[in-house]
Amino acid sequence: MTHAVLPGAPRGALHAMIRVFNVNKTSWAGLVILLAVIVIAVFAPLFTAHDPLAQDVTRQLSGPSMEHLFGTDEYGRDTWARLIYGARVSLAIGIASTVIAMLVGSSIGLLAGWYGGRFDAVMMQVMDVLLAFPSLILGLVIVAMLGASTPNIVFAIALTSIPPFARIARAPTIALKEREYVEACRSLGYSDARILLVHILPNIAAEIVVMGSLWLANAIRTEASLAFIGLGIKPPTPTWGGMIRSGFENILDSAWLAVVPSLAILIVIFALNLLGDGLRDAVDPKLKNEA
Amino acid sequence: MASEESLTALRQRLGLDRSLPAQYLDFVGSALSGDWGESMVTGRPVVTEIMTVLPWTIELTAVSLLLGAAAGIPLGVWAAVNRNRAVDYAVRVASLLGLSFPAFVSAVILLLAFAIQLRWFPVISARSGSVGAWFQSITLPALSLGLIMAAYITRVTRSAMLEVLSEDYVRTARAKGVRWPVVVRRHALRNALLPIITVVGLFLGIQIGNSVLTEIVFNRPGLGKLIVGALNQRDYTMLQGMMVIYTLIVVFVNMLTDIAYGLADPRVKLQ
Repeated sequence: MTHAVLPGAPRGALHAMIRVFNVNKTSWAGLVILLAVIVIAVFAPLFTAHDPLAQDVTRQLSGPSMEHLFGTDEYGRDTWARLIYGARVSLAIGIASTVIAMLVGSSIGLLAGWYGGRFDAVMMQVMDVLLAFPSLILGLVIVAMLGASTPNIVFAIALTSIPPFARIARAPTIALKEREYVEACRSLGYSDARILLVHILPNIAAEIVVMGSLWLANAIRTEASLAFIGLGIKPPTPTWGGMIRSGFENILDSAWLAVVPSLAILIVIFALNLLGDGLRDAVDPKLKNEA
Repeated sequence: MASEESLTALRQRLGLDRSLPAQYLDFVGSALSGDWGESMVTGRPVVTEIMTVLPWTIELTAVSLLLGAAAGIPLGVWAAVNRNRAVDYAVRVASLLGLSFPAFVSAVILLLAFAIQLRWFPVISARSGSVGAWFQSITLPALSLGLIMAAYITRVTRSAMLEVLSEDYVRTARAKGVRWPVVVRRHALRNALLPIITVVGLFLGIQIGNSVLTEIVFNRPGLGKLIVGALNQRDYTMLQGMMVIYTLIVVFVNMLTDIAYGLADPRVKLQ
């Protein structure tokens, strides 16, 4: 190498983001779908004239029509209204549990990597056990034992999502702590907390966020699976998993009741996977050089 | 209300009057000798209940793993050798879509399409004597799990192959004139198998958990249905047994993974 090529001067965070998204164009598709779903969920009342809880005995299990785009369920409730209000539950539980898992998991990874020794060994053993045990079964047992309330569901999903974040934070921490700039920080007398938060965390934040988008997909899937089994938020609050569960009971004559929320879940998870997968290509240093 | 005497008698019979460590040692002792207690609901031994449904779960997982490998490995190799061409993009997007299916969504859609609309398969998958009946009962459940498995194996195979194909020995093999299909199969895929086995082994544990969803949709017996029933009825002895069996399965899958290493790579010697 004759001389180092300096990257162009940073033109702000927005440009940096656009560049990252352009590495793999599919991330744009994922982002657009996801934003559309979030907008519809947040402003749900603007997208439907119906109340998701309003029952209408004269219109039980009516098929798709102009007034009820996706028909009505066994209580005559509007499927589209329940779908977009249900998106709130899926997104809220998914985001809450992923953020908790992200914070707890990456803290564990940072500390385990930084301090090493017995703490590291014990923590990673615990993570391996959590990772090896079927996560849906673990979530199932926790929710069934503690009761199917929103905090308990968030706790169960968060717990099963911690290990990947701990792993992804630990490895680079171990590598970074040997670097000269960290040694410089130490000799300047910086506290461990300051070095970890200000000088190491920013280096691994991108990978953690990308991992977060992939695990958000997983969290939404787990919430829906628990609701499908019957361990979700209690009715009448609409949830996608719950809608599929009750739609499944009428699948012989009113298939749309199960199909519509099924497709909704599939689209959201697919969008998140497209987003996360594209971003991972952009962030992962191993893949970057090959592309 | 129960009288004080009958409470004492029951506590004594169940061993609840002794200290927790003593109770635990007692449990471990009898569990190791194959006595996992009786179900609090049916009164039948937990081991019997579990052993009745275990073959169903193993059958479902094994067939879906085979389907997943049969579809996923060729697709992953195909995408890797055509890197960044149209085929590669199509396989990548399709596998990402497959991976996005919750297990119950793929099951509901397959059930609706092939059992209810087309009537090719029975709605409830129950097994009976003949091979034809077995085939009919396993196809849809195994497909619904196998689809997700195939998507996953495709992705793992593709990235493992990409790594191996850039190795020096692959270039050497090509340079000395080995035909390309032989290089891909013998030099590349053989070496890519190790990472594939590792990741698939981990995923298999997750899939055994997810089979609960498939079992509910197809009304098929199995570990998942058993644990949901036990949870609903607060059958604690059964739950205890279920936790042990899931752990044993994870350990067993790990062991199978190690054996598979030995089969795939002659450098790995099993002692």
